[in-house]
Amino acid sequence: MANINLNKKQFEKEIGKLDEKMKDRIAMLGTPIEKIDANEIQIEVFPNRPDLLSYQGFKRAFLPFLGRVTGLKNYKINKPEKNYKIIVDSSLKNVRPYTACAIVKNLRLDSTKIKELVEIQEKLHITIGRKRKRIAIGLYPLEKIKLPIIYKAVEPDKIKFIPLESNKEMSGLQILQRHSTGKEYAHLLAGKAKFPIFMDADKNILSMPPIINSQLTGRVTEKTKDIFVECSGFDFELLNKCLNIIVTNLADMGGRIYQMEIKYKNKKITPNLMSEKIKISLENTNKLLGLNLNEKQLKQLLEKMGYGYNKGTVEIPSWRMDILHEVDLIEDVAIAYGYENFVPEIPEISTIGQEDLREIIKRKISEILTGLNILEVSNYHLTNKRDQFAKMGLQEKHENFVEIEGSKTDFTILRKNLTHYLLKILSENIDSEYPQRIFETGKVFGKNKEITEEENLAVAISPGNFTEVKQILGYLSKMIGLKIEVEEKEEFPQHFIGGRTTSIKIDNKEIGFIGEIHPKILKNWRIKMPVTIFEIRLKEIFKGLK
Amino acid sequence: MNIQKIIESLSPHERKILPYLKEKNISEICEKSELDKTSVLRALEYLKNKGIVELSFEKKKIIELGVNGALYKKKGLPERRLMNLLDNKKILNMEEAQKQSSLSNEEFKASLGALKKKAIIELKNQKIMLNTNKEEIAKKTLEEQFIEILPTEYESLSPEQLYAIKSLQNRKDIIQIKEEKQATIKITELGKEISNSKIKNENSIEQITPKILKKESLWKGKKFRRYDVTSPVPLINGGKQHFVNQSLDYARKIWTEMGFQEMTGNIIDTGFWVFDALFTPQDHPGREMQDTFFINKKAELPDKKLVNAVRDAHEKGVGGSKGWQYKWDEEVAKKMVLRSHTTNLSAKTLAKLKKEDLPAKFFALGKVLRNETVDWSHGFEFYQTEGIVVDENANFRHLLGYLKQFYTKMGFEKIRFAPAYFPYTEPSVEIHVWHPEKKVWLELGGAGIFRPEISIPLLGKKVPILAWGQGFDRIIMDYYKIKDLRELYKNDLTKLRKMKHWMK
Repeated sequence: MANINLNKKQFEKEIGKLDEKMKDRIAMLGTPIEKIDANEIQIEVFPNRPDLLSYQGFKRAFLPFLGRVTGLKNYKINKPEKNYKIIVDSSLKNVRPYTACAIVKNLRLDSTKIKELVEIQEKLHITIGRKRKRIAIGLYPLEKIKLPIIYKAVEPDKIKFIPLESNKEMSGLQILQRHSTGKEYAHLLAGKAKFPIFMDADKNILSMPPIINSQLTGRVTEKTKDIFVECSGFDFELLNKCLNIIVTNLADMGGRIYQMEIKYKNKKITPNLMSEKIKISLENTNKLLGLNLNEKQLKQLLEKMGYGYNKGTVEIPSWRMDILHEVDLIEDVAIAYGYENFVPEIPEISTIGQEDLREIIKRKISEILTGLNILEVSNYHLTNKRDQFAKMGLQEKHENFVEIEGSKTDFTILRKNLTHYLLKILSENIDSEYPQRIFETGKVFGKNKEITEEENLAVAISPGNFTEVKQILGYLSKMIGLKIEVEEKEEFPQHFIGGRTTSIKIDNKEIGFIGEIHPKILKNWRIKMPVTIFEIRLKEIFKGLK
Repeated sequence: MNIQKIIESLSPHERKILPYLKEKNISEICEKSELDKTSVLRALEYLKNKGIVELSFEKKKIIELGVNGALYKKKGLPERRLMNLLDNKKILNMEEAQKQSSLSNEEFKASLGALKKKAIIELKNQKIMLNTNKEEIAKKTLEEQFIEILPTEYESLSPEQLYAIKSLQNRKDIIQIKEEKQATIKITELGKEISNSKIKNENSIEQITPKILKKESLWKGKKFRRYDVTSPVPLINGGKQHFVNQSLDYARKIWTEMGFQEMTGNIIDTGFWVFDALFTPQDHPGREMQDTFFINKKAELPDKKLVNAVRDAHEKGVGGSKGWQYKWDEEVAKKMVLRSHTTNLSAKTLAKLKKEDLPAKFFALGKVLRNETVDWSHGFEFYQTEGIVVDENANFRHLLGYLKQFYTKMGFEKIRFAPAYFPYTEPSVEIHVWHPEKKVWLELGGAGIFRPEISIPLLGKKVPILAWGQGFDRIIMDYYKIKDLRELYKNDLTKLRKMKHWMK
């Protein structure tokens, strides 16, 4: 999620007073206000609207939404002048093959605008740029560059320039190893034999995308009047869209857009601000939204969202990236109509409600056990190895379990049973009143050949002896009407005391164990009261009750 | 209450201690009434509730006999025993003295020290010589006198007694000093009146027992002792469902009453069902390990027809969509994750749905997991309430209708809808509810109508599918007055026992 800051003074001067109604309008455009302070309004921009990631972009969408100037906004675009060319070298093929570029002239920049430019670059990098992986953007003062520009890939040690925020000349590799920005994005060039560079006609390196610009030719200041813009990456269409967002933003600041000629095998001209056209059906719109609009209203609503409309065809601004389908337009119609104006309705269709059978059985078991004065607890599905193994007297290396990758906490595996969690609760509650009688139903996970996921039930009583818990099992068996039997086994879970544990069976199928917890395990948990537990798989019970 | 009624309400214990209220401390009341301390204290508490006495407690240092002290009080202090021996023999060698006095090593040494200090004996060449006359010996020492008055209060001690404490304190377990809450009992006017009035020791009935009930004569015409029915009783606890499950059951009831069928299913699932079938592009930030829990294992995808339809939706779009325009990778879809939303259940339900099943409505209540750190407002596990409505005639207003109904029933009075974005719905909406105390709109989560890129591959045709999935834990916190999400699954038994029930 990306948030951007709007200058409050600028907002109030150019758009209007920030009163409650205005705040409501901002939120209802689909840009919720995150916070407001003395100088700035922070809004959230959803990932489908990178064109709103700057004040200019927001204003362009917001003014029509307020009904001030509606319809498609047109920008004048100038043909490439002499030498407005980028020569793209085939050496980039497996490195970073595409670029889309433009020149914007006659800018009058000030600190607010420069701040906005830095911010929009950064936000586009993070969002649609996927942290510069898909798109890297560079802005350069044109007066320091000699056209035409060459885009090619070069061996890292042959790249030598002074990067931004440095005063030393560095090689391509040195930048990745030593420069803070270089280190941050080094992974994007890892393993490449050649690194991409932009170079001007005098062979001065302008930048090494997607890492960093040159200190000498890659810094836009308040004195900069004309700017060269490039976006580099792997998807030419995407780069074009991104370029459109930036150049229209610069044009809204007062600049004049010039196209450039990009020489791949075939010549391409960018930017291309032609609007795309797609069809919208009034019938589909009314059906999906539950409205009864006429065509005139549809046109007005689309124009409020900055679209052009003519006889069922919608003109989509060239900076919009989110319109894949008619439904995307229909949503914008709904936003223009105002979500607050929709009347919620429950239709008269007849369907039969039905709870899941297993949920019903689990609830019934819960009712039976709570009737025996047992308290239900609820634990996480994730657990940690210490609780699951070490404290249960088990060695991790002898166990199969499902481990998750990259957890931000020490909960790194899925629980194998409920027993260890019940002991954990008893261990954390030694100051609470006894007797402590608890149970839980929930999922446990295993990994043999396949990963398994099933529902278990466990009951723990403390202080409690074998007889008491066996009584509970017996009562449960009677109440659910399934014969649950016990059988003494040679092999049993090692947290139980031998001779005080049995396996539990339904239809001769083992579903779990019951037993008194061995003092060595209680000691691990620092529990000073005897504990007796049973844990069973509910699968056979579900089957038996079907 | 008049005096007579009060008298009738006195329990046997209260009656027993009534004559001894003037005693200066509780142990004396215990002695005289022949009741243990706990019973006396409890009876006093009841008398206080009836306005018969005023009780005040203060902490006092009390000096009591230790284990050895209690013994010495009976048998005499070791030095006394040694003195008695010397009184006869006048002079003894050390070994002989210890043997004949039958004192332990420790006791013997202590006695020698004590007697030497008082110049009662002299030690010379391993011999003990008596250094005083019979009269002196016959006198009780300060220590002996002191032991006899124990227990006593520290504050009331004379200088001699303080001296005795000092010398005894250094010796093993003779005395101990304890801080004790001491009750001061003051009899009220009412108390005096009751004490003075004649309390008939009539045989009123205490607890009714089966034995009494057996014989009519045991209860007929008898008085039942009045209970102090207004006095507080100890709290008890019952077995009950976990509070989150109580509220989940309520939500389950709301959905089934509205005609929804429940969906359940696995927490571990493939990226295919959690993301791809829901038109979430494979490079979407939500699919990174940073946000989603992955398991280092792959699983098979469903049948080819469905997989290809999903691939097409991503790569080039279906039903007039442009799609995401990238190369969709089957291997990425096979990666197993812990579901980050319950919408995988909706996707699977849709894939199995037949034409003749429409219109159909489904809901799920299930845990979802996200790779988060844990603090008061975040956790890695929480419940989600999920729903889909599959109906040829479903529209956006119906979506808002179902959601409004659910949240109204969950107890929210003011509800609003705001634009939102999710890769799988269009239009999308975020539900806000008004928090009357904090005076802010709370964001509860998302909903929308599934994009055709989802409904076409899964259902085989374009049908509007209303869909939602909101975090459930947050919406029940206010009811239980919980401010920290970690409290939900902390299982503090004391708190669980006291937690109020879900009464909706």
